[in-house]
Amino acid sequence: MQPRTIVPFGPQHPVLPEPIQLKITYEDEKVVDVVPAMGYVHRGIEKACELNEFNKNIYLCERICGICSCIHGIAYCEVVERLWGLEVPERAQWLRTIWSEMERVHSHLLWLGLFADAFGFESLFMQYWRVREKILDMLELTAGHRVTHSVSIIGGVRRDIDTDQKKRLLETLAEIRREAQALNKVMMNDYTVKHRTVGKGPLTYDQALHLGCAGPVLRASGVKDDARMQPDLHRYGELGFEPVVETGCDSYARALVRARETIQSIDLQLAALEKLPEGELAAKPKGNPPAEEAVFRTEQPRGEMFYYAKGSGTKNVARVRVRTPTYANIPSLLVMLPGSELPDVPVIIHSIDPCISCTER
Amino acid sequence: MGLIEASRLKSPWILHYDTGSCNGCDIEILACLTPLYDIERFGMVNMGNPKHADVLVCTGALNKRSARVLKNLYEQIPDPKLVMVVGTCAISGGVFHNCYNVAGGADKVIPVDVYVPGCAARPEAIIDGVVKALGRLAELQEVARGKKSA
Ligand code: SF4
Repeated sequence: MQPRTIVPFGPQHPVLPEPIQLKITYEDEKVVDVVPAMGYVHRGIEKACELNEFNKNIYLCERICGICSCIHGIAYCEVVERLWGLEVPERAQWLRTIWSEMERVHSHLLWLGLFADAFGFESLFMQYWRVREKILDMLELTAGHRVTHSVSIIGGVRRDIDTDQKKRLLETLAEIRREAQALNKVMMNDYTVKHRTVGKGPLTYDQALHLGCAGPVLRASGVKDDARMQPDLHRYGELGFEPVVETGCDSYARALVRARETIQSIDLQLAALEKLPEGELAAKPKGNPPAEEAVFRTEQPRGEMFYYAKGSGTKNVARVRVRTPTYANIPSLLVMLPGSELPDVPVIIHSIDPCISCTER
Repeated sequence: MGLIEASRLKSPWILHYDTGSCNGCDIEILACLTPLYDIERFGMVNMGNPKHADVLVCTGALNKRSARVLKNLYEQIPDPKLVMVVGTCAISGGVFHNCYNVAGGADKVIPVDVYVPGCAARPEAIIDGVVKALGRLAELQEVARGKKSA
Protein backbone atom coordinates (compact mmCIF):
# COMPACT_ATOMS: atom_id res chain seq x y z
CA MET A 1 0.00 0.00 0.00
CA GLN A 2 1.15 3.50 -0.80
CA PRO A 3 1.72 5.83 2.15
CA ARG A 4 -1.29 8.01 2.89
CA THR A 5 -1.33 11.71 3.66
CA ILE A 6 -4.20 13.66 5.15
CA VAL A 7 -4.38 17.24 3.92
CA PRO A 8 -6.86 19.73 5.31
CA PHE A 9 -8.59 21.73 2.56
CA GLY A 10 -9.77 24.89 4.27
CA PRO A 11 -11.25 26.44 6.37
CA GLN A 12 -9.16 29.23 4.90
CA HIS A 13 -8.28 28.36 1.32
CA PRO A 14 -7.47 30.53 -1.72
CA VAL A 15 -10.19 29.07 -3.98
CA LEU A 16 -12.92 29.20 -1.37
CA PRO A 17 -14.36 32.55 -0.38
CA GLU A 18 -16.14 30.77 2.44
CA PRO A 19 -14.88 28.54 5.20
CA ILE A 20 -15.52 24.83 5.01
CA GLN A 21 -13.02 22.16 5.84
CA LEU A 22 -12.53 18.95 3.94
CA LYS A 23 -10.04 16.52 5.39
CA ILE A 24 -8.79 14.80 2.27
CA THR A 25 -6.76 11.60 2.40
CA TYR A 26 -4.38 11.18 -0.51
CA GLU A 27 -2.59 8.09 -1.65
CA ASP A 28 0.29 9.55 -3.62
CA GLU A 29 -1.71 12.18 -5.54
CA LYS A 30 -4.96 10.30 -5.67
CA VAL A 31 -7.86 11.14 -3.36
CA VAL A 32 -9.06 8.11 -1.44
CA ASP A 33 -11.20 9.58 1.30
CA VAL A 34 -12.96 12.83 2.18
CA VAL A 35 -14.39 13.94 5.49
CA PRO A 36 -16.15 17.30 5.60
CA ALA A 37 -16.01 19.41 8.77
CA MET A 38 -18.45 22.25 9.03
CA GLY A 39 -19.72 24.85 11.41
CA TYR A 40 -17.50 27.83 10.59
CA VAL A 41 -20.40 30.02 9.47
CA HIS A 42 -23.22 28.66 11.55
CA ARG A 43 -25.02 31.57 13.16
CA GLY A 44 -28.33 30.14 14.35
CA ILE A 45 -30.71 32.05 12.10
CA GLU A 46 -33.59 29.60 12.48
CA LYS A 47 -33.60 30.15 16.23
CA ALA A 48 -33.27 33.91 15.85
CA CYS A 49 -36.34 33.81 13.57
CA GLU A 50 -38.35 32.67 16.57
CA LEU A 51 -37.07 35.55 18.69
CA ASN A 52 -37.85 38.33 16.19
CA GLU A 53 -41.23 39.61 15.15
CA PHE A 54 -42.51 37.87 12.04
CA ASN A 55 -42.21 40.87 9.72
CA LYS A 56 -38.63 41.58 10.77
CA ASN A 57 -37.56 38.06 9.87
CA ILE A 58 -37.58 39.04 6.21
CA TYR A 59 -34.34 40.93 6.69
CA LEU A 60 -32.83 38.10 8.62
CA CYS A 61 -33.83 35.47 6.06
CA GLU A 62 -32.43 37.62 3.27
CA ARG A 63 -29.11 37.40 5.02
CA ILE A 64 -29.05 33.63 5.09
CA CYS A 65 -27.20 33.96 1.81
CA GLY A 66 -25.93 37.10 0.13
CA ILE A 67 -25.95 35.57 -3.36
CA CYS A 68 -29.60 34.55 -3.41
CA SER A 69 -30.85 37.00 -0.79
CA CYS A 70 -33.88 38.05 -2.83
CA ILE A 71 -35.17 34.51 -3.26
CA HIS A 72 -34.75 33.82 0.46
CA GLY A 73 -36.76 36.96 1.24
CA ILE A 74 -39.47 35.99 -1.22
CA ALA A 75 -39.62 32.43 0.09
CA TYR A 76 -40.02 33.59 3.67
CA CYS A 77 -42.79 35.99 2.66
CA GLU A 78 -44.51 33.28 0.63
CA VAL A 79 -44.51 30.80 3.47
CA VAL A 80 -45.93 33.35 5.92
CA GLU A 81 -48.55 34.37 3.33
CA ARG A 82 -49.57 30.74 3.13
CA LEU A 83 -50.18 30.65 6.88
CA TRP A 84 -52.83 33.29 6.31
CA GLY A 85 -53.96 32.07 2.93
CA LEU A 86 -53.18 35.57 1.67
CA GLU A 87 -53.68 36.25 -2.04
CA VAL A 88 -50.72 38.11 -3.58
CA PRO A 89 -51.63 40.62 -6.33
CA GLU A 90 -50.82 39.47 -9.83
CA ARG A 91 -48.33 42.23 -10.60
CA ALA A 92 -46.41 41.44 -7.43
CA GLN A 93 -46.18 37.79 -8.46
CA TRP A 94 -44.74 38.75 -11.83
CA LEU A 95 -42.29 41.15 -10.24
CA ARG A 96 -41.15 38.43 -7.86
CA THR A 97 -40.51 36.16 -10.82
CA ILE A 98 -38.48 38.86 -12.56
CA TRP A 99 -36.33 39.61 -9.55
CA SER A 100 -35.76 35.92 -8.82
CA GLU A 101 -34.58 35.41 -12.37
CA MET A 102 -32.34 38.46 -12.27
CA GLU A 103 -30.74 37.00 -9.22
CA ARG A 104 -30.25 33.69 -10.98
CA VAL A 105 -28.39 35.43 -13.80
CA HIS A 106 -26.15 37.22 -11.33
CA SER A 107 -25.49 34.04 -9.38
CA HIS A 108 -24.76 31.91 -12.44
CA LEU A 109 -22.42 34.48 -13.95
CA LEU A 110 -20.66 34.68 -10.61
CA TRP A 111 -20.29 30.94 -10.50
CA LEU A 112 -19.14 30.61 -14.10
CA GLY A 113 -16.44 33.16 -13.30
CA LEU A 114 -15.32 31.47 -10.11
CA PHE A 115 -15.33 28.10 -11.84
CA ALA A 116 -13.05 29.45 -14.56
CA ASP A 117 -10.81 30.79 -11.82
CA ALA A 118 -10.73 27.38 -10.11
CA PHE A 119 -8.89 25.89 -13.07
CA GLY A 120 -6.80 28.98 -13.63
CA PHE A 121 -8.57 30.60 -16.59
CA GLU A 122 -8.35 34.05 -15.09
CA SER A 123 -9.32 36.13 -18.11
CA LEU A 124 -12.59 34.22 -18.47
CA PHE A 125 -13.24 34.85 -14.78
CA MET A 126 -12.72 38.57 -15.27
CA GLN A 127 -14.93 38.64 -18.38
CA TYR A 128 -17.83 36.88 -16.67
CA TRP A 129 -17.63 39.27 -13.77
CA ARG A 130 -17.51 42.24 -16.12
CA VAL A 131 -20.81 41.12 -17.62
CA ARG A 132 -22.19 40.41 -14.16
CA GLU A 133 -21.72 44.05 -13.13
CA LYS A 134 -24.39 44.98 -15.68
CA ILE A 135 -27.04 42.82 -14.05
CA LEU A 136 -25.98 44.24 -10.68
CA ASP A 137 -26.55 47.73 -12.06
CA MET A 138 -30.03 46.69 -13.11
CA LEU A 139 -30.73 45.23 -9.68
CA GLU A 140 -29.57 48.46 -8.15
CA LEU A 141 -31.79 50.42 -10.50
CA THR A 142 -34.90 48.40 -9.80
CA ALA A 143 -34.41 47.03 -6.29
CA GLY A 144 -32.17 49.69 -4.79
CA HIS A 145 -29.07 47.69 -3.86
CA ARG A 146 -26.44 45.65 -5.60
CA VAL A 147 -26.40 42.65 -3.32
CA THR A 148 -29.14 42.72 -0.72
CA HIS A 149 -32.27 43.50 -2.71
CA SER A 150 -34.92 43.72 -0.08
CA VAL A 151 -37.89 43.78 -2.45
CA SER A 152 -40.38 41.45 -0.88
CA ILE A 153 -42.76 42.24 1.97
CA ILE A 154 -45.49 40.05 3.39
CA GLY A 155 -48.39 40.41 0.96
CA GLY A 156 -46.46 41.53 -2.10
CA VAL A 157 -43.49 43.65 -3.11
CA ARG A 158 -42.07 46.92 -1.89
CA ARG A 159 -40.81 48.35 -5.16
CA ASP A 160 -42.05 48.63 -8.69
CA ILE A 161 -40.52 48.58 -12.16
CA ASP A 162 -41.75 51.67 -13.98
CA THR A 163 -41.73 52.27 -17.76
CA ASP A 164 -38.32 53.98 -17.85
CA GLN A 165 -36.75 51.23 -15.81
CA LYS A 166 -38.44 48.61 -17.96
CA LYS A 167 -36.99 50.15 -21.10
CA ARG A 168 -33.47 50.20 -19.70
CA LEU A 169 -33.92 46.71 -18.36
CA LEU A 170 -34.98 45.35 -21.76
CA GLU A 171 -31.98 46.98 -23.45
CA THR A 172 -29.47 45.84 -20.87
CA LEU A 173 -30.82 42.31 -20.73
CA ALA A 174 -30.41 42.00 -24.49
CA GLU A 175 -26.85 43.22 -24.14
CA ILE A 176 -26.07 40.80 -21.31
CA ARG A 177 -27.58 37.97 -23.32
CA ARG A 178 -25.31 38.71 -26.27
CA GLU A 179 -22.17 39.02 -24.17
CA ALA A 180 -22.92 36.03 -21.96
CA GLN A 181 -23.51 33.91 -25.04
CA ALA A 182 -20.12 34.86 -26.44
CA LEU A 183 -18.45 33.88 -23.18
CA ASN A 184 -20.48 30.68 -22.92
CA LYS A 185 -19.05 29.67 -26.27
CA VAL A 186 -15.58 29.76 -24.74
CA MET A 187 -16.76 27.83 -21.70
CA MET A 188 -18.41 25.20 -23.88
CA ASN A 189 -15.84 24.77 -26.63
CA ASP A 190 -12.43 25.75 -25.36
CA TYR A 191 -9.92 22.92 -25.42
CA THR A 192 -8.30 23.81 -22.09
CA VAL A 193 -11.66 24.11 -20.33
CA LYS A 194 -12.70 20.70 -21.60
CA HIS A 195 -9.35 19.23 -20.63
CA ARG A 196 -9.84 20.32 -17.03
CA THR A 197 -13.54 19.53 -16.64
CA VAL A 198 -14.71 16.67 -18.88
CA GLY A 199 -14.98 13.47 -16.87
CA LYS A 200 -13.97 15.14 -13.60
CA GLY A 201 -16.18 14.45 -10.62
CA PRO A 202 -18.51 11.87 -12.14
CA LEU A 203 -21.95 11.50 -10.56
CA THR A 204 -24.34 9.07 -12.23
CA TYR A 205 -28.10 9.46 -12.58
CA ASP A 206 -28.77 6.92 -9.82
CA GLN A 207 -26.19 8.35 -7.45
CA ALA A 208 -27.58 11.85 -7.89
CA LEU A 209 -31.07 10.63 -7.05
CA HIS A 210 -30.01 8.49 -4.10
CA LEU A 211 -27.94 11.25 -2.54
CA GLY A 212 -30.83 13.68 -2.90
CA CYS A 213 -28.87 16.24 -4.89
CA ALA A 214 -30.53 19.42 -6.07
CA GLY A 215 -30.40 21.97 -8.82
CA PRO A 216 -27.79 22.03 -11.59
CA VAL A 217 -25.88 19.13 -10.00
CA LEU A 218 -28.97 16.97 -10.35
CA ARG A 219 -29.87 18.22 -13.82
CA ALA A 220 -26.31 17.71 -15.06
CA SER A 221 -26.76 14.02 -14.23
CA GLY A 222 -29.77 13.80 -16.49
CA VAL A 223 -32.55 14.13 -13.91
CA LYS A 224 -35.33 16.39 -15.08
CA ASP A 225 -36.24 18.10 -11.86
CA ASP A 226 -36.69 21.77 -11.12
CA ALA A 227 -38.93 23.36 -8.51
CA ARG A 228 -39.99 25.91 -11.11
CA MET A 229 -41.97 23.13 -12.80
CA GLN A 230 -44.67 23.49 -10.11
CA PRO A 231 -47.74 24.94 -11.81
CA ASP A 232 -48.60 27.35 -9.00
CA LEU A 233 -45.12 28.81 -8.39
CA HIS A 234 -45.07 32.50 -9.22
CA ARG A 235 -45.73 32.69 -12.95
CA TYR A 236 -43.41 30.10 -14.42
CA GLY A 237 -46.27 28.05 -15.81
CA GLU A 238 -47.45 30.90 -18.01
CA LEU A 239 -43.92 31.48 -19.28
CA GLY A 240 -43.70 27.94 -20.58
CA PHE A 241 -40.75 27.00 -18.41
CA GLU A 242 -38.79 23.86 -19.33
CA PRO A 243 -35.80 22.74 -17.21
CA VAL A 244 -32.31 22.57 -18.72
CA VAL A 245 -31.00 19.01 -18.58
CA GLU A 246 -27.56 17.64 -19.52
CA THR A 247 -26.45 14.05 -19.44
CA GLY A 248 -22.67 14.40 -19.14
CA CYS A 249 -22.70 13.66 -15.36
CA ASP A 250 -19.39 15.52 -14.87
CA SER A 251 -18.08 19.00 -13.98
CA TYR A 252 -18.33 20.04 -17.61
CA ALA A 253 -22.02 19.16 -17.74
CA ARG A 254 -22.61 21.18 -14.59
CA ALA A 255 -20.98 24.19 -16.22
CA LEU A 256 -23.12 23.65 -19.34
CA VAL A 257 -26.34 23.53 -17.32
CA ARG A 258 -25.51 26.82 -15.65
CA ALA A 259 -24.34 28.48 -18.84
CA ARG A 260 -27.54 27.50 -20.64
CA GLU A 261 -29.70 28.46 -17.66
CA THR A 262 -28.21 31.95 -17.67
CA ILE A 263 -29.49 32.52 -21.20
CA GLN A 264 -32.80 30.82 -20.43
CA SER A 265 -33.24 32.98 -17.38
CA ILE A 266 -32.70 36.15 -19.41
CA ASP A 267 -35.32 34.96 -21.89
CA LEU A 268 -37.75 34.32 -19.04
CA GLN A 269 -37.21 37.85 -17.79
CA LEU A 270 -37.73 39.35 -21.22
CA ALA A 271 -40.96 37.41 -21.61
CA ALA A 272 -42.12 38.29 -18.10
CA LEU A 273 -41.42 41.98 -18.66
CA GLU A 274 -43.57 41.87 -21.78
CA LYS A 275 -46.43 40.23 -19.91
CA LEU A 276 -46.20 42.37 -16.77
CA PRO A 277 -49.80 43.39 -15.94
CA GLU A 278 -50.86 46.61 -14.24
CA GLY A 279 -52.21 46.47 -10.73
CA GLU A 280 -51.63 46.58 -7.00
CA LEU A 281 -48.21 45.87 -5.51
CA ALA A 282 -49.15 44.43 -2.16
CA ALA A 283 -52.07 43.08 -0.17
CA LYS A 284 -52.32 44.15 3.45
CA PRO A 285 -52.33 41.32 6.00
CA LYS A 286 -54.24 41.88 9.22
CA GLY A 287 -53.20 40.76 12.68
CA ASN A 288 -50.71 38.02 13.38
CA PRO A 289 -50.04 34.83 11.47
CA PRO A 290 -52.41 32.11 12.72
CA ALA A 291 -51.16 29.03 14.56
CA GLU A 292 -50.95 26.82 11.49
CA GLU A 293 -48.28 25.25 9.38
CA ALA A 294 -47.21 26.03 5.84
CA VAL A 295 -44.52 24.98 3.39
CA PHE A 296 -43.08 26.55 0.28
CA ARG A 297 -40.75 25.14 -2.33
CA THR A 298 -38.84 27.20 -4.86
CA GLU A 299 -35.79 26.97 -7.09
CA GLN A 300 -32.72 28.89 -6.06
CA PRO A 301 -29.78 29.30 -8.40
CA ARG A 302 -28.22 26.33 -6.59
CA GLY A 303 -31.27 24.13 -6.53
CA GLU A 304 -34.46 23.41 -4.72
CA MET A 305 -35.08 25.30 -1.52
CA PHE A 306 -37.71 24.42 1.03
CA TYR A 307 -39.26 26.67 3.68
CA TYR A 308 -41.44 25.54 6.54
CA ALA A 309 -43.12 27.88 9.02
CA LYS A 310 -45.41 27.37 11.97
CA GLY A 311 -47.35 30.31 13.32
CA SER A 312 -48.29 30.78 16.94
CA GLY A 313 -51.05 33.38 16.72
CA THR A 314 -48.69 35.96 18.22
CA LYS A 315 -46.17 38.35 16.69
CA ASN A 316 -43.55 35.62 16.69
CA VAL A 317 -43.58 32.52 14.58
CA ALA A 318 -43.17 29.27 16.47
CA ARG A 319 -40.72 27.69 14.03
CA VAL A 320 -39.01 28.39 10.74
CA ARG A 321 -37.12 25.67 9.00
CA VAL A 322 -35.08 26.12 5.84
CA ARG A 323 -33.60 23.39 3.69
CA THR A 324 -31.06 24.78 1.31
CA PRO A 325 -29.65 23.20 -1.85
CA THR A 326 -25.96 23.14 -0.97
CA TYR A 327 -26.75 21.09 2.09
CA ALA A 328 -28.19 18.49 -0.24
CA ASN A 329 -25.23 18.69 -2.60
CA ILE A 330 -22.35 18.31 -0.15
CA PRO A 331 -22.79 14.50 0.17
CA SER A 332 -22.23 14.26 -3.57
CA LEU A 333 -18.65 15.45 -3.00
CA LEU A 334 -17.97 12.29 -1.02
CA VAL A 335 -18.76 10.30 -4.16
CA MET A 336 -17.18 12.61 -6.71
CA LEU A 337 -13.85 13.30 -5.04
CA PRO A 338 -12.45 9.81 -4.30
CA GLY A 339 -10.47 8.64 -7.31
CA SER A 340 -9.68 12.13 -8.57
CA GLU A 341 -6.25 13.72 -8.76
CA LEU A 342 -4.98 16.45 -6.45
CA PRO A 343 -5.20 19.34 -8.98
CA ASP A 344 -8.82 18.49 -9.82
CA VAL A 345 -10.01 18.83 -6.23
CA PRO A 346 -10.76 22.60 -6.39
CA VAL A 347 -12.55 22.17 -9.74
CA ILE A 348 -14.78 19.39 -8.42
CA ILE A 349 -15.56 21.21 -5.18
CA HIS A 350 -16.52 24.29 -7.17
CA SER A 351 -18.65 22.29 -9.58
CA ILE A 352 -21.40 21.89 -6.96
CA ASP A 353 -21.45 25.68 -6.43
CA PRO A 354 -20.98 25.46 -2.67
CA CYS A 355 -22.68 28.19 -0.71
CA ILE A 356 -21.68 27.52 2.87
CA SER A 357 -23.48 30.44 4.44
CA CYS A 358 -26.87 29.06 3.44
CA THR A 359 -25.85 25.50 4.25
CA GLU A 360 -25.11 26.31 7.84
CA ARG A 361 -27.34 29.34 8.35
CA MET B 1 12.13 54.36 3.65
CA GLY B 2 13.48 50.98 2.70
CA LEU B 3 12.46 49.03 -0.35
CA ILE B 4 10.25 46.59 1.54
CA GLU B 5 8.45 49.33 3.41
CA ALA B 6 7.84 51.34 0.26
CA SER B 7 6.53 48.35 -1.63
CA ARG B 8 4.29 47.42 1.24
CA LEU B 9 2.60 50.81 1.01
CA LYS B 10 2.51 50.72 -2.76
CA SER B 11 1.25 47.19 -3.03
CA PRO B 12 -0.48 45.82 0.06
CA TRP B 13 -1.43 42.18 -0.13
CA ILE B 14 -4.75 41.19 1.25
CA LEU B 15 -5.88 38.07 3.05
CA HIS B 16 -9.61 37.58 3.19
CA TYR B 17 -11.35 35.49 5.81
CA ASP B 18 -15.03 34.98 6.40
CA THR B 19 -15.98 34.44 10.04
CA GLY B 20 -19.68 33.82 9.50
CA SER B 21 -21.02 36.20 6.92
CA CYS B 22 -23.94 35.89 4.55
CA ASN B 23 -21.59 36.06 1.55
CA GLY B 24 -22.83 39.48 0.49
CA CYS B 25 -19.73 41.33 1.59
CA ASP B 26 -17.40 38.57 0.38
CA ILE B 27 -18.62 38.84 -3.18
CA GLU B 28 -18.34 42.61 -3.02
CA ILE B 29 -14.69 42.20 -2.00
CA LEU B 30 -14.22 39.90 -5.00
CA ALA B 31 -16.06 42.43 -7.17
CA CYS B 32 -13.42 44.98 -6.17
CA LEU B 33 -10.81 42.84 -7.91
CA THR B 34 -12.70 42.48 -11.17
CA PRO B 35 -12.70 44.82 -14.20
CA LEU B 36 -15.15 47.51 -13.07
CA TYR B 37 -13.36 48.43 -9.85
CA ASP B 38 -10.08 46.61 -10.43
CA ILE B 39 -8.10 47.46 -7.32
CA GLU B 40 -5.31 45.27 -8.60
CA ARG B 41 -4.20 48.23 -10.68
CA PHE B 42 -3.20 49.86 -7.39
CA GLY B 43 -1.14 46.84 -6.53
CA MET B 44 -3.59 45.25 -4.11
CA VAL B 45 -3.58 41.53 -4.57
CA ASN B 46 -5.82 39.01 -2.86
CA MET B 47 -3.56 36.38 -1.31
CA GLY B 48 -4.38 32.96 0.00
CA ASN B 49 -1.40 32.76 2.31
CA PRO B 50 -1.38 34.62 5.63
CA LYS B 51 2.43 34.64 5.67
CA HIS B 52 2.40 36.82 2.53
CA ALA B 53 -0.32 39.20 3.61
CA ASP B 54 -0.21 42.74 4.98
CA VAL B 55 -3.89 43.44 5.48
CA LEU B 56 -6.37 40.98 6.96
CA VAL B 57 -9.83 41.65 5.58
CA CYS B 58 -12.47 40.07 7.69
CA THR B 59 -16.18 39.75 6.93
CA GLY B 60 -19.09 38.34 8.84
CA ALA B 61 -20.34 38.11 12.38
CA LEU B 62 -17.88 36.34 14.64
CA ASN B 63 -19.00 32.77 14.92
CA LYS B 64 -17.76 30.95 18.00
CA ARG B 65 -16.00 28.30 15.98
CA SER B 66 -14.24 30.57 13.52
CA ALA B 67 -12.96 32.86 16.29
CA ARG B 68 -10.13 30.39 16.83
CA VAL B 69 -9.28 30.30 13.14
CA LEU B 70 -9.30 34.09 12.93
CA LYS B 71 -6.90 34.43 15.85
CA ASN B 72 -4.67 31.81 14.31
CA LEU B 73 -4.61 33.61 10.95
CA TYR B 74 -3.90 36.95 12.61
CA GLU B 75 -0.93 35.51 14.44
CA GLN B 76 0.55 34.12 11.24
CA ILE B 77 0.59 37.48 9.44
CA PRO B 78 3.98 39.18 9.84
CA ASP B 79 4.24 42.65 11.42
CA PRO B 80 3.40 45.42 10.64
CA LYS B 81 -0.09 44.22 9.91
CA LEU B 82 -3.52 45.73 9.71
CA VAL B 83 -7.02 44.44 10.18
CA MET B 84 -9.96 45.77 8.24
CA VAL B 85 -13.49 44.56 8.88
CA VAL B 86 -16.08 44.83 6.14
CA GLY B 87 -19.80 44.94 6.72
CA THR B 88 -22.09 45.78 9.57
CA CYS B 89 -22.17 42.24 10.87
CA ALA B 90 -18.38 42.13 11.13
CA ILE B 91 -18.49 45.34 13.13
CA SER B 92 -21.09 44.46 15.72
CA GLY B 93 -22.93 41.30 14.74
CA GLY B 94 -25.48 43.34 12.77
CA VAL B 95 -28.69 41.49 11.96
CA PHE B 96 -27.26 38.41 13.61
CA HIS B 97 -26.81 40.12 16.99
CA ASN B 98 -29.29 37.81 18.73
CA CYS B 99 -28.23 34.54 17.14
CA TYR B 100 -26.96 32.07 19.70
CA ASN B 101 -23.77 31.20 17.87
CA VAL B 102 -22.62 34.77 17.26
CA ALA B 103 -20.18 36.41 19.63
CA GLY B 104 -20.32 39.88 18.06
CA GLY B 105 -17.80 41.65 15.86
CA ALA B 106 -14.28 40.61 14.88
CA ASP B 107 -12.82 43.07 17.39
CA LYS B 108 -13.82 40.67 20.16
CA VAL B 109 -10.71 38.58 19.43
CA ILE B 110 -8.28 40.68 17.40
CA PRO B 111 -7.47 44.42 17.28
CA VAL B 112 -9.18 46.14 14.34
CA ASP B 113 -7.88 49.24 12.57
CA VAL B 114 -10.46 50.06 9.92
CA TYR B 115 -14.23 49.52 9.98
CA VAL B 116 -16.17 49.59 6.71
CA PRO B 117 -19.92 49.85 7.33
CA GLY B 118 -22.71 48.77 5.01
CA CYS B 119 -24.84 45.71 4.51
CA ALA B 120 -23.53 44.76 2.04
CA ALA B 121 -20.65 47.25 1.98
CA ARG B 122 -20.34 48.80 -1.46
CA PRO B 123 -17.10 48.25 -3.38
CA GLU B 124 -16.45 52.00 -3.25
CA ALA B 125 -16.63 51.88 0.53
CA ILE B 126 -14.29 48.90 0.62
CA ILE B 127 -11.75 50.70 -1.58
CA ASP B 128 -12.01 53.75 0.65
CA GLY B 129 -11.36 51.49 3.63
CA VAL B 130 -8.23 50.06 2.03
CA VAL B 131 -6.92 53.57 1.33
CA LYS B 132 -7.50 54.51 4.97
CA ALA B 133 -5.74 51.33 6.00
CA LEU B 134 -2.71 52.35 3.94
CA GLY B 135 -2.48 55.63 5.83
CA ARG B 136 -2.49 53.66 9.05
CA LEU B 137 0.17 51.28 7.70
CA ALA B 138 2.45 54.25 6.94
CA GLU B 139 1.97 55.41 10.53
CA LEU B 140 2.84 51.98 11.89
CA GLN B 141 6.01 51.93 9.83
CA GLU B 142 7.07 55.31 11.23
CA VAL B 143 6.49 53.93 14.69
CA ALA B 144 8.55 50.86 13.90
CA ARG B 145 11.45 53.05 12.77
CA GLY B 146 11.25 55.04 15.99
CA LYS B 147 10.31 58.31 14.25
CA LYS B 148 7.01 58.52 16.02
CA SER B 149 5.60 57.17 19.23
CA ALA B 150 2.65 54.82 19.16
S1 SF4 C 1 -22.80 43.01 6.55
FE1 SF4 C 1 -24.74 42.30 5.66
S2 SF4 C 1 -24.23 41.75 3.53
FE2 SF4 C 1 -22.31 41.89 4.67
S3 SF4 C 1 -21.88 39.82 5.31
FE3 SF4 C 1 -22.99 40.82 6.99
S4 SF4 C 1 -25.12 40.34 6.68
FE4 SF4 C 1 -24.06 39.90 4.76
